[in-house]
Amino acid sequence: MAQYQNLFTTVTAEGPLHSGVELGHGNSPRSFDPPIHYYWLGKIGNAQLGPIYLGGLGIASLICGLIAFTIIGMNMLASVNYDPIQFVRQLFWLALEPPPPQYGLQLPPLNQGGWWLITGLFLTASLFLWWARTYRRARELGMGTHIPWAFAAAIWLYLVLGLFRPILMGSWGEAVPYGIFPHLDWTAAFSLRYGNLFYNPFHALSIVFLYGSALLFAMHGATILAVTHYGGERELEQITDRGTASERAALFWRWTMGFNATMESIHRWAWWFAVLCPLTGGIGILLTGTVVDNWYLWSMKHGVVPPYPEVFPLVVDPSLTTGVKP
Amino acid sequence: MTHSLKSCRHWLTLASLGLLTLLTGCERPPMESVQHGYRGTGMVQVYNPRALEASVEANEVPPAIPAGDTSGPKASQIYKNVKVLGDLSAGQFNRVMASMSIWIAPQEGCLYCHNPANFADDSKYTKVVARRMLQMTQYINTEWKSHVADTGVTCYTCHRGNPVPSAIWFKSNPQPYGSNFMGDKAGQNHPATSVALASLPNDPFTPFLLEQKDIRVNGPTALPSDNRHSIKQAEWTYGLMTHMSSALGVNCTYCHNSRSFQSWEGNPPQRRTAWFGIRMARDLNKEYMEPLTSTFPDHRKGETGDVAKLNCATCHQGAYKPLNGAPMLKDFPELAGSSVGQAKLAQK
Repeated sequence: MAQYQNLFTTVTAEGPLHSGVELGHGNSPRSFDPPIHYYWLGKIGNAQLGPIYLGGLGIASLICGLIAFTIIGMNMLASVNYDPIQFVRQLFWLALEPPPPQYGLQLPPLNQGGWWLITGLFLTASLFLWWARTYRRARELGMGTHIPWAFAAAIWLYLVLGLFRPILMGSWGEAVPYGIFPHLDWTAAFSLRYGNLFYNPFHALSIVFLYGSALLFAMHGATILAVTHYGGERELEQITDRGTASERAALFWRWTMGFNATMESIHRWAWWFAVLCPLTGGIGILLTGTVVDNWYLWSMKHGVVPPYPEVFPLVVDPSLTTGVKP
Repeated sequence: MTHSLKSCRHWLTLASLGLLTLLTGCERPPMESVQHGYRGTGMVQVYNPRALEASVEANEVPPAIPAGDTSGPKASQIYKNVKVLGDLSAGQFNRVMASMSIWIAPQEGCLYCHNPANFADDSKYTKVVARRMLQMTQYINTEWKSHVADTGVTCYTCHRGNPVPSAIWFKSNPQPYGSNFMGDKAGQNHPATSVALASLPNDPFTPFLLEQKDIRVNGPTALPSDNRHSIKQAEWTYGLMTHMSSALGVNCTYCHNSRSFQSWEGNPPQRRTAWFGIRMARDLNKEYMEPLTSTFPDHRKGETGDVAKLNCATCHQGAYKPLNGAPMLKDFPELAGSSVGQAKLAQK
């Protein structure tokens, strides 16, 4: 008889349909109730789809997000003369650009960043409403508020990029365009303009937490998968009653590196690494241009950049020599 | 179970086929990397040896016609309306003319520029342009040695057998403001070959190779001073640099130590040559190309009615040095500069 062992078995976990806990006074009814079963969904998670709790906050957030999404999409479509084929072909290149720098923080014409500002307003509203929704849902379920606060860390980075830093710099033009390649080119140009972001220590910290998160995720995921046949994925039981799975997982790390996290602390490690990535990154971006204008020169000044031996003949900036054409 | 396994395999096959299709967009390995800076600093040039080999033929110099007889009367005495190269002998003069027809109009021959009834006639616009281009070639070879050194340039450096050089540029035709209420591309966000298909501003030539806008966006101090260059300006500079990189077939590190694109310390000397190259292109576009605007017929002009202009790719055409550095000029001292210009140079 087939038996459920872990995700890689051919059997998908399929319990009786369940709508979730009873909700108290002031809550909306759940949507898409009764839920449905999907065999393929069971391959990657729970086979049950729905119900969803939408509520007032959820609906308001979705409306605001949809407005922002539509404005971006319509601007992209208009930029290819409403040609649907070109829209698809050029989609990765298209963008809604922030206002040109000469407008500063003034209200620009619609087609020169006005739409960008309106989009920002609705997108920010959407994010805040969604944040409030995650907070309310966590509380209603009697959970801690770790998820909303982790989400808030991401919103912090978003606000630094599109609101706080442009205001401090006195120009909306400093903000990020809404577009796939354009926002990547913006990132490269940001680093070029401010003298190489790799020399920004907060950027370095952010990368540590980004790569660190990936490493921790891999270590934790691998550890739990490796002890699933001892019931290691049933984390709650393992936290309160350490069994064979937890013991072996701990022993593995203690034997290989002398130290091990616990069933509880590994999740604090993961939470803090993930949250500190946008927190430190946001600080690094907020300091760029406002407090430090050239990170390479800043690092030279503070001895962060190592000196390298000269291998080329001395090259002098020709613009400093007299008698050359400008 | 067998059914699900089968459909799983089906999807896997489709997915791997899709990935393979995507991979055909890439150049196949192995690449050759050449270190040219201090170890560990990433100062490396990456070459595709197959692409390099394929480009060798395109950069070969056509055999030079044997040098002409320097004796005899001067071209200006024999022919009418000779305004440039008039102090050459008829033999030298005709050799340059024959070479020009091979270099520029091998299909059409002399008649691409000349009126068959009267070779001295200036009625064809191509003849007027060719005369000015001869002067430009001499000007480059005397006044822009900081960029072309003694290798110099000839007509062939740009033309390569085409009446119009294959790599030229026109001003982009910007969308009008006001009439459109949405969808402004701000001169970027289009897969343009001028910036190697990036979404960067796709006409970085007008501000930098025609006008004299600031290319340098970095500030001189660690802390904020009065440097008000914006990130958007950095994108324009980035666009120009992307063009230079693809026009020369090199990485950024050919000229820059990428830890600081601004600092000149520890930079390859090529950066100096490139710096003069930017100024040269700007000078030639302003002094030689733009004044020819009214000479050219409309079908040779850009969308905004501007004249064809040159950038790095016009000469380099994907090579680090045009024609891979072949010293073609030494066979054509007539193009190295007018005798007047050379005398001036000797005085300096």
